[in-house]
Amino acid sequence: MYGRKVKLRFIFILLIFTTLALSIYLILKSLEENVIYFQSPSEIKDVAELERKKIRIGGMVKKDSLSMNINEINFIITDFKNEINVIYSGAVPNLFEEGKGVVAEGFLKDRNFFLASKILAKHDENYMPPEVKAALEEK
Amino acid sequence: MSSIIGFYSLVLSSSLSFLIIFFSIKNFRNSKTLDKRIISLSFLQFFLVLISFLGLIISFINSDFSNETVFNHSHTTKPLFYKISGTWGNHEGSLLLWLLVLTLFIFLFIIKSRQQSTQYRILTLLFQQVIIIGFFVFLLKTSSPFNYIFPVPEEGLGLNPILQDPALAIHPPILYLGYVGSSIIFSSALSAVSLNYITKEWASHIKQWVLLSWIFLTLGILLGSIWAYYELGWGGFWFWDPVENVSLMPWLALTTLIHCILVLEKRLILTSWVVVLSISTFTLSMCGTFLVRSGILNSVHTFANDPERGLFILIFLFTLIFLSLFIFFFFHKKNNKIDNSIFLFSKETSIIINNWFMMYFLSVILIGTVYPIFLDVISSQKISVGPPFYNKLIIPFLIPFLFAMTIGPKLKWIKSDIKDKIYLFLFFLISLFISILIVKNLKINFLLNTILITFSFYLFFITLRDFFIRKNKNLSQIIAHFGFSLFILSILFNNIFTTEIITNLKVGESFVSEKINIKFENLSQTQKQNYKSFIGKFTIENDKGNLEIMEPELRIYNQPNITTSEADIKTNLLSDRFITMNIVQSQDYFNIRYQIKPFMIWIWLSVLLITTGGFLRLTKKI
Repeated sequence: MYGRKVKLRFIFILLIFTTLALSIYLILKSLEENVIYFQSPSEIKDVAELERKKIRIGGMVKKDSLSMNINEINFIITDFKNEINVIYSGAVPNLFEEGKGVVAEGFLKDRNFFLASKILAKHDENYMPPEVKAALEEK
Repeated sequence: MSSIIGFYSLVLSSSLSFLIIFFSIKNFRNSKTLDKRIISLSFLQFFLVLISFLGLIISFINSDFSNETVFNHSHTTKPLFYKISGTWGNHEGSLLLWLLVLTLFIFLFIIKSRQQSTQYRILTLLFQQVIIIGFFVFLLKTSSPFNYIFPVPEEGLGLNPILQDPALAIHPPILYLGYVGSSIIFSSALSAVSLNYITKEWASHIKQWVLLSWIFLTLGILLGSIWAYYELGWGGFWFWDPVENVSLMPWLALTTLIHCILVLEKRLILTSWVVVLSISTFTLSMCGTFLVRSGILNSVHTFANDPERGLFILIFLFTLIFLSLFIFFFFHKKNNKIDNSIFLFSKETSIIINNWFMMYFLSVILIGTVYPIFLDVISSQKISVGPPFYNKLIIPFLIPFLFAMTIGPKLKWIKSDIKDKIYLFLFFLISLFISILIVKNLKINFLLNTILITFSFYLFFITLRDFFIRKNKNLSQIIAHFGFSLFILSILFNNIFTTEIITNLKVGESFVSEKINIKFENLSQTQKQNYKSFIGKFTIENDKGNLEIMEPELRIYNQPNITTSEADIKTNLLSDRFITMNIVQSQDYFNIRYQIKPFMIWIWLSVLLITTGGFLRLTKKI
């Protein structure tokens, strides 16, 4: 009925579309699973149900809240409305200081405690993570 | 004074663009030979930008704080080397450098393209001048490096200390050579399309430029990566940070282009694809510039956030994209005389398959980088896309990718079959055996890792064999592919076997575990030219009882007042030992991170090998 060439071209086009559809599906699905949402301490207080997924919390390290021992570092992140306790065992970046902006990544234990697995580095003293800036501007 | 000379030289140089365009158009109409005036004017333009650039360097060396750029990014106590490298360690200066390379490359292009048709040369020059004018306007209007401040400040604000580093001093120039080289490919492809000039000769001529920019882009990314490894203190070499991603995207496009150009050179097929890739390489480079310079992505590359700059780059970018799409759709003619049949078992098929994989990798990275920005704009939801996303989507697809890399070069052009290749099968069995031996006792995903390591070893052995047998004379390809297999293997082993200890210690305390004991012996303090240095002395004892002394450093810079930690890294062929120490404000404890990273040096060496492959091809006379 149809020539060999037409058939081949049809198969070729079909193949391209399936690969395209498949890769887009894969990318979107994996995005959904691996995206990390950013929240401020106030947002955590407000949500009805706690996220089980990995999240980032940003704000300021509260003054005089920092304490450490051989295994962990404890501090409080505040957005000047609400605050949350952070328990962290890992390396801290150079510009991690009380009264400065910080972004911590990890899991919520409950509404008041956050188990951080990573604290993000900043590159210079004027730099503030965009998330923190936005959270601070809101207040 | 030097600033003033620099400024006027820059303005003069920008006006030359219009002269060049005028002569070019005149010359284009009756184009027997290239007008000598165009060549001299192009050289003059380069020369004037060079003077302007040198003027800026001199202002930096003399700490001339009446210049705003110098004031913002320099300081009298900074060592001379970093005063000079600080010239391009900021937005304005780096744009001037970009312009310098642009004018240099177009001059080189005119000289190096004597064998090509005059019309093609002039048209390429014209397109390139459009880009150059764009950059001149951008530089003079939004980011002039020669702004004057009065009253003249006593002291400058200083350069961000983490940029005061040898690797980062040469990282921008090298990276720019790569980026700007891609602009030549862009202009040349557009002019070749407009003149219907795409031939095998054009392919071998433009291949040189593709290789050149590819080599520099690779080296530039490598330098940035090495810097991040020892300076940022995380002990990794790639973080899937948006800023890294934007350099990887043009790299992927360029790598794809190198392979397509080979097909084009041999068989004159895939012409549209080559043009599309040439356009997208430069567009992606510009996109990267837009993202990091507009302040949309925050990073060490974001020097100053100025919405006007972002808007300008965006408009410029869209102009270029529309121009190229217009030319592509209206001028591109398919040549139907050419035999464009493609058979399943042929070199070109395997190259095309790998092209598709590379495009897939590129789209993954593009989506991962752009999606958070997109989401922020439409729903103001803040998200970030981390390494798991990329790992999950890229790693499994490396398997067929590696396989095609192994088998592809074995096939012939047009049509071939696999026979008499028992060794191919034999090597596969050996690779499989080795990787099962390695993975067997580890607590990792057995199937995926075994297959991945098998195929990496497969490529490794096959290219190694080819190297020694030399029946296939394509040495550059063998070395580059061998380098890639080594690269993947080192990354895999590095990931699987890395051990890390993070602890907080006071001076005199020890961290004790079954495998490693770390003792914090003492802390010494010295005053350097523009920073205070604290060096910690650590004794590290492994389970075999070997002692090693490591001395990480903390630097507290005077201006700007920033603390940086300098890792102490002990390297040998098998592994890197990496230690950083961090101060935590008002605490007696120091935050210590100790890592053993196997095969770290092989990651750098393998990238150098890959580049060597490109370099060999570039120098080969065909």
